[in-house]
Amino acid sequence: MSSELFTLTYGALVTQLCKDYENDEDVNKQLDKMGYNIGVRLIEDFLARSNVGRCHDFRETADVIAKVAFKMYLGITPSITNWSPAGDEFSLILENNPLVDFVELPDNHSSLIYSNLLCGVLRGALEMVQMAVDVKFVQDTLKGDSVTEIRMKFIRRIEDNLPVGEE
Amino acid sequence: PRLSSNEKLMLASMFHSLFAIGSQLSPEPGSSGIEMLETDTFKLHCFQTLTGIKFVVLADPRQAGIDSLLRKIYEIYSDFALKNPFYSLEMPIRCELFDQNLKLALEVAEKAGPFGPGP
Repeated sequence: MSSELFTLTYGALVTQLCKDYENDEDVNKQLDKMGYNIGVRLIEDFLARSNVGRCHDFRETADVIAKVAFKMYLGITPSITNWSPAGDEFSLILENNPLVDFVELPDNHSSLIYSNLLCGVLRGALEMVQMAVDVKFVQDTLKGDSVTEIRMKFIRRIEDNLPVGEE
Repeated sequence: PRLSSNEKLMLASMFHSLFAIGSQLSPEPGSSGIEMLETDTFKLHCFQTLTGIKFVVLADPRQAGIDSLLRKIYEIYSDFALKNPFYSLEMPIRCELFDQNLKLALEVAEKAGPFGPGP
């Protein structure tokens, strides 16, 4: 499938949401929600195809996300930087973002987080492997920054529906 | 002999609890749970994914190649069940494409017989 069709499809989705919900905040929430629903399903596809085992710590998780998952689904390999001293937060730096090829944010949508779907996807996928994380954009090339930066923070392990046998 | 849907549900819930108990009882720490249950008439194979989903296959005790079958089923699930937007998670899977592809995979595994699939 061509990446142009993907860019157009995503763009159509965002603009439709902007028409449906009049303010940027609501659109951001919807994108996150949709991303979440994608993430909880995508994780199975990822695990079925990539054969990666359980990650032992957050650093491994970061590596797998940047080097395997992003490569597999978006064809890019973001770099991992800015680890917090406690090792529970890191940043993904995307030099280019296929979702925003050819996109310019107009002034009246300055608080729109255009690629917020990605945050939802990451959040949903990690939740299915028992990790509660907070994901947000801290830099966006659409807003004039030089790179796109996604900050990921580990909140806690989800113990309630742990597959039995996992420590 | 085919199991009815009800029997399948009962088997699944019973097995889920047995699996949990089995992992706790295991002498090895961090046990991966019950992977195989062998009886005189059949063998039950279980594959648990990192997300907690269990794939259970009941087969003839002499049937080989179940491990790769289980992984193939995981792929088929992630394709035809999950990518179907009208399928809701945790509900019984009533997707035709899923059933069709599942049947194909089973036929391939069955043909392989007791000696395992070819190279």
